Amino acid sequence: MHVPDGFINAPTSAVTGVVAAGAIAVSLRGARRELDDRTAPLAGLVAAFIFAVQMLNFPVAAGTSGHLLGGALAAILVGPFTGILCVSVVLLMQGILFADGGLTALGVNITDMAIVTTVVSYAVFRGLVKVLPRGRRSLTAASFVAALLSVPAAAVAFTLVYWIGGTTDVAIGKVAGAMIGVHVLIGVGEAAITALTVGAVVAVRPDLVHGARDLRQRLRLRVNGELVDAPADDGTRTAPVAARASRRTLWVTGLVTSLVLAGFVSFYASANPDGLEKVAADHGIDKRTEKHASSDSPLADYGVKDVADARLSGGLAGVIGVGTTVVAGSAVFWAVRRRRTGDVAAASTSGV
Amino acid sequence: MGAGHAHRLYRHGHSPVHGLPPHTKLAAAFGFVVVVVSTPREAMWAFGLYAVLLAAVAHRARVPAGFLLKRLLIEVPFVAFAVLMPFVAEGERVDVLGLSLSVNGLWGAWNVLAKGTLGVAASVLLASTTELRELLLGLQRLRLPPLLVQIASFMIRYGDVITDEMRRMRVARESRGFEARGVRHWGVLAKSAGALFIRSYERGERVHLAMISRGYAGSMPVIDEATATRAQWSYALTLPFAALVVCMLGWTL
Repeated sequence: MHVPDGFINAPTSAVTGVVAAGAIAVSLRGARRELDDRTAPLAGLVAAFIFAVQMLNFPVAAGTSGHLLGGALAAILVGPFTGILCVSVVLLMQGILFADGGLTALGVNITDMAIVTTVVSYAVFRGLVKVLPRGRRSLTAASFVAALLSVPAAAVAFTLVYWIGGTTDVAIGKVAGAMIGVHVLIGVGEAAITALTVGAVVAVRPDLVHGARDLRQRLRLRVNGELVDAPADDGTRTAPVAARASRRTLWVTGLVTSLVLAGFVSFYASANPDGLEKVAADHGIDKRTEKHASSDSPLADYGVKDVADARLSGGLAGVIGVGTTVVAGSAVFWAVRRRRTGDVAAASTSGV
Repeated sequence: MGAGHAHRLYRHGHSPVHGLPPHTKLAAAFGFVVVVVSTPREAMWAFGLYAVLLAAVAHRARVPAGFLLKRLLIEVPFVAFAVLMPFVAEGERVDVLGLSLSVNGLWGAWNVLAKGTLGVAASVLLASTTELRELLLGLQRLRLPPLLVQIASFMIRYGDVITDEMRRMRVARESRGFEARGVRHWGVLAKSAGALFIRSYERGERVHLAMISRGYAGSMPVIDEATATRAQWSYALTLPFAALVVCMLGWTL
């Protein structure tokens, strides 16, 4: 799904180019944190691996075959930042050398195939690994789900870009239907291959899998007949502190961004129905839809009751929605983490 | 071994286009494609002129037409997509040979085909007249982050090594009687992919150690600075500026 030149109009290509450049700048810094001065050779070799593995054909049936896209695999194996860099470099080289994907469409291609797949798959993967019980089986399951979702997510991102800046007036519903339908199928193949590959690597060199970093056993030494935790070396001791500080800024930035998007941007956007609703309305699909069970809740249809101005109420509802989601999500994660640290504490006391 | 570092798309030669500094060529190709993409699709003659411009460049670079046309085959999937457009697009319809086609969709298909083909042709000309290493130097001169250029250069340098490793693994599988026929054999292929990852990563670690032992401290030494004179810049930028004139005419006429 390398987008050629002329598929997306010039302004949208420029905007996605800026988005891609920003993401690559962030990933360059992040990859330096993940790999320090090993970044260049290791990321280069992993990019070469992604490039090679895209040529590995997986026969489906009767002459048809598929191949790996690699975004999810890269994110899980080497981490999200290095993953974004590797896939972006592969796309850049494919665009310049093999004329696969247009030069002006490079921003679009990097945004949906490198950034969206990597970020979505890594977020899903980390979330699942945190929730599922520890073990190799849940790693494989998590990478299956992560890869399964990453491909349709890229299709959705492409559809959005097409909706904003597509050069042909194809109904957005048709584009979405075709893209997502096809890519759900591709995603199933991608998921199976990614899960099997991650499983194969975890079986041999679990220390190389970035996504399994937390699952590594601490080194314990038997000193005078007692098991003692080996002192961690300096690198691992300082890393979590830095990570925590940056995680807080990340969290705050994310929260502010979603609040701004929900409250301010929807202020402008909410006046028009979105693409799918519009298609549904045009085709009369929505005549048959029944009222949702919660349609008389105070936040129904993304608006706050008793607030007359449609835009204001939409924005307000967005802010309230984001707030509720953040509170609920944080509560779940807090509870899970608390339980896990509790388990660890209990295990270590019983071990001594 | 000597041929190992020249990519298959490169066509050795000594034409004036081959001799231009790489970053001027990259800038020219990119500028040309940007101009092409921002041309209104109703100005059909403009795209003809663009094609003539590219043909002139190919002639100066002594790239034969057959070579160029064969490379253009890469965009066949999009031709298929473009052919679908008139059937699915919205808007008023017109009857052609008994088929009801959307006018808007026809324009869209033309748009994608024309601009896509010109873009692919420009990239193919760039790749066939510029060596890989030169391309990377050019990217560095155009202020791409050095780390990104280093990653790209390692990918290019070891791409063939990793691909050969994969080929050897395939030969090993096949010499043991394995033949991938369907979904049931994915496990074996995925294990090969996993092994390939481990080998690539470990090779990366070895390369890093070798670099460290030769004094690498985070940046690569630049031994041949690519510089361009004013004359070379103006020679290379003739293409995008000629295209820009055509584009202006396309908007005004």
